[in-house]
Amino acid sequence: MNAVADTLVQGLLLGGHFALSGLGLALAFGIMRIVNIAHGDLLVVAAYLGVALVRLTPLSPLAAVLVIVPAMAALGWLLQRTLFNRLVGQGDLAPMLVTFGLSIIVHNALQELFSADFQTLDAGAARTASVEVARMHLGLLPLATLALAALVYAGVHALMRHTRFGRIVRATVDDPEVAALMGIDARRVYAAGMALALGIAGLAGWLYGIKSSFNPLTGGNELLFAFEAVIIGGLGSIWGSFAGGLVLGIAHVAGTQVDAGWGAFAGHVAFFGFLFLRPGGLLARGGSGHG
Amino acid sequence: MAERRLERPLGGAVGLLAFGAAAAVAPWFVEGSTLQLAVEVCVMIAMAQAWNLLAGYTGFVSVGQQAFIGLGAYALFAVAVHGGIDPFLAVPLGGLVAAGIGVLAAPALFRLRGPHFAIGTWVLAELFRIAFTHSAWFGGASGLTLARVLRGVSPETRVQLTYWLALALALGTTLALYALLRSPWGLALRTVRDNEASAQSVGVDVARVKRRVFVAAAFITGCAGAVSYLQTMFVTTSAAFTVEWSALIIFVVIIGGLGTLEGPILGTLVYFALRELLADYGTWYVIALGAFAIAVMMIAPEGLWGRLARATGWRLFPTTLRLRR
Repeated sequence: MNAVADTLVQGLLLGGHFALSGLGLALAFGIMRIVNIAHGDLLVVAAYLGVALVRLTPLSPLAAVLVIVPAMAALGWLLQRTLFNRLVGQGDLAPMLVTFGLSIIVHNALQELFSADFQTLDAGAARTASVEVARMHLGLLPLATLALAALVYAGVHALMRHTRFGRIVRATVDDPEVAALMGIDARRVYAAGMALALGIAGLAGWLYGIKSSFNPLTGGNELLFAFEAVIIGGLGSIWGSFAGGLVLGIAHVAGTQVDAGWGAFAGHVAFFGFLFLRPGGLLARGGSGHG
Repeated sequence: MAERRLERPLGGAVGLLAFGAAAAVAPWFVEGSTLQLAVEVCVMIAMAQAWNLLAGYTGFVSVGQQAFIGLGAYALFAVAVHGGIDPFLAVPLGGLVAAGIGVLAAPALFRLRGPHFAIGTWVLAELFRIAFTHSAWFGGASGLTLARVLRGVSPETRVQLTYWLALALALGTTLALYALLRSPWGLALRTVRDNEASAQSVGVDVARVKRRVFVAAAFITGCAGAVSYLQTMFVTTSAAFTVEWSALIIFVVIIGGLGTLEGPILGTLVYFALRELLADYGTWYVIALGAFAIAVMMIAPEGLWGRLARATGWRLFPTTLRLRR
């Protein structure tokens, strides 16, 4: 019984990371219809940015986030303006393949800059500190990740629901042509959307860099986990991705109980299980399939 | 009077067969290392044709072709190492195993629309990579080798047999797809590509067409994976199930031209030419390949063959209707 509770709690904590890294992917698809295959690699870029900042500036690994998030948001804005906006309206294929090319470039550029060795953003005690609750050791870092994830989701939700910016984004997503008639420049909206998506990816990547050791190629797995969180949750609402992340976290921790190497495997099995049994995602209301 | 009809089919096919006949006697004239490069070229042509069939004609992009490459290779190695079956005869088995997994996975994967389908196929590949890495029967992380199985076969014979298998695979795939695309079935396929809703309205079972194409592509890719690792005689999960396979295949098709039979062949030749010339530049060479592919996507999405065909009117394998007088 205790073991089950422990698995659930540790799974939820791990799930905070998947939920947070899934949000940027969900936003890019929800707003720009871009499935960003380089998403995981951009998380890794954020982590390496942290490594570079710690090496080259007096910033501590924890303070590095203050630079990482705005820098990644700027990168998102730039990518959308220079690259992705040229592909709007050309179907799904072109943007996806361009992000795939970008992913290959990122792998090799990181390898050239930082070598293929595994690294970590060494935050010292902050990485391993834990509190004991009901005889369970809860890591402070996973707790903080889960709390931050919930905050960011709530923030994005409020942004989309209650602000002028959110209304403009929703209008553009619903019908870009009508939005254009109202004087909205879809390209600027998309650039802001990608800045938001990658800003959040920057935060997720910073936490990832502190939590895990990474190398230029570990982004592929991060993409798959983020993607699974989004699909398990269902594409309808952003809170779906949050729930999907938590479910995926539980699957990973349950798999790890069997053998250390089976965490990701259990996550992939859960993903296929959901596709077979509940293709509309966790929060689907009877409908099936994804749009 | 104008008439809509398919052009004479034979030019490209006859040319291909003549080329095949000439290429088949190559082992008596060229050295082993050239044959080994030719195996790589042929294997890549087959993989690229399979991916192109799926993406170019159904619009479904897969970045998980390494699932079928790995399954095909491991099926061949497993029956050769554990079952004592001649690996040169086991190549179709690799294709069948890949196709079988394709049949099983299709219902789940096709619940994912468009671009999400792509990442779903990648998850499929990861599933098998992890499972095989943890399975002693498949050799675990250190993989399987054919060194003991092929002890009695001289290196010359081995290279020649592999070369003929690869040549037959590349020619067979291209000719089979050519025949398929000119058949009524091919017409259904192109209708699905051009407009799904109207395909459905004229009685094409769109979902079934897509599933069949996916499984056919899995079969071809499985055979190609089997031949590819038959050549290296050694397979590991990290090599066979890597997404870099898909990156390579996509690069080749995008450069050559999506949705044509000529494109994957031209793209393969361009890729290997670039590799032979520039591979010494290491990571910068790969970065340049990625940038080149992105540039082609942005500037000339129809690919090199598409550009060439439009400029010259050349068509080796005409599969589309053309208005003639």
